[in-house]
Amino acid sequence: MRIVAILSAIAAISAGVIVLLGYFVSTSPVPALRLLLTDWAIMIAGMAVLVGIYNLAAVQMEKVRSRQKGGVYGALLVLSLIVTFGFGLLLGPQDPLMRLAVEAIILPVEAALMAILAVTLIYASIRLFQRRKDVTSVLFLVAALLFMLAMMPTPFGPVPGDWFILLVEGAVAEGGARGLLIGIALGTLLTGLRVLFGMDRPYGGS
Amino acid sequence: MIGLSLVAVAALLLIALTLWRRRNPAMLRPIGAYERLNRAVGLAVEQGTRLHISLGRGSLATTRGGSALAGLGMLRRLAERTSASDRPPVVTSGDASLAILSQDTLQSGYRAAGAEDQYRFSTGRLTGLTPFSYAAGTMSVEHDENVSANVVLGDLGAEAGLIAEASDRENSSLVAASDDLSAQTIFYLSAQEPLIGEELFAAGAYVGAGAAHQASLQVQDILRWLVVLAILAGAFLKFLGMI
Repeated sequence: MRIVAILSAIAAISAGVIVLLGYFVSTSPVPALRLLLTDWAIMIAGMAVLVGIYNLAAVQMEKVRSRQKGGVYGALLVLSLIVTFGFGLLLGPQDPLMRLAVEAIILPVEAALMAILAVTLIYASIRLFQRRKDVTSVLFLVAALLFMLAMMPTPFGPVPGDWFILLVEGAVAEGGARGLLIGIALGTLLTGLRVLFGMDRPYGGS
Repeated sequence: MIGLSLVAVAALLLIALTLWRRRNPAMLRPIGAYERLNRAVGLAVEQGTRLHISLGRGSLATTRGGSALAGLGMLRRLAERTSASDRPPVVTSGDASLAILSQDTLQSGYRAAGAEDQYRFSTGRLTGLTPFSYAAGTMSVEHDENVSANVVLGDLGAEAGLIAEASDRENSSLVAASDDLSAQTIFYLSAQEPLIGEELFAAGAYVGAGAAHQASLQVQDILRWLVVLAILAGAFLKFLGMI
């Protein structure tokens, strides 16, 4: 087990270093190696989808077998998965029946969830003051309200001073967003470096 | 060249500060959400309830993988700490390779705590491959599995609203952070203690994942100051008409 952990660490670190260098060094064969390793990663990710779907089905079957809450939905999910997968293999993804499965089932269901999300967000905004009564919450809600007023169409035409609201809030929001994104980029860089040095090993090493 | 220099400086600082932090552990400023998380972990073990950790759907093959790796770092430590619990934590994700890594990380955590026999592969789950199917699958875990606390950490979009709402409906505590701005806004509205921006990457340090995580925070602070100085210098030079 220990040898496996050491070998996987060596493989992960070497691949990481080559891919990272491939972005900065143009000397042969580093860029070609980077592309090769990226292609392998994409292929492995494709196989991982199959493993993931097996995991999804196995978890749902376990629910059915042990008569857990929601087991009926689990059975329905596995049945739908088998039927869709079978028809997909037989007919191909471009078949009108398969397209119907996407356009008549998956898209409407996702659209319905999107609609629920809109209501959920309004409800969460209303409840914000129950959770936190502080200055930032007031600022957040006032800014959101002003922005919506300036953006939305009204029966009386544009709200007076909408350009000013959009100008000021746009500048503040853009600045804030850039600040957050710079922080996230730095966090991502450091997280990547920890993996690269083997300090974090999410691939099974201890 | 600037990019490579930045990476090299960050790498050197990370190594040096990790060695330093091994001997001198850092005093971290209190962050409400992580204090809540540490309390929730203790309570889940004591009460025999379950901790639900959701790692989002950030594929490791894209730039969104950073937040997923940060989540895995935190998961490793949480798995160790909850290995004594009657009900092991459930981990959900919306990306297949992330789901496999979450199983591996859980197993490593149990192994490190000497409780590998407690590990079940069904505790690391893929709940869906599209944003809303992932959210729908995650909501059912929150509803059905006697969850007392939800930790949502990773790359999510607007579907975060549904996950947060399900947690609220079940009266379970929610600690949530994302690298996506729309998800951050939603979590600001929904979570009791919001985590903003790079606070997502502090999770490991605050759950006791080790010196490297503490050193990372310090390097982030140093680099942030360098970026601030570069922006100010750029603005000043632009004002003078030199660039």
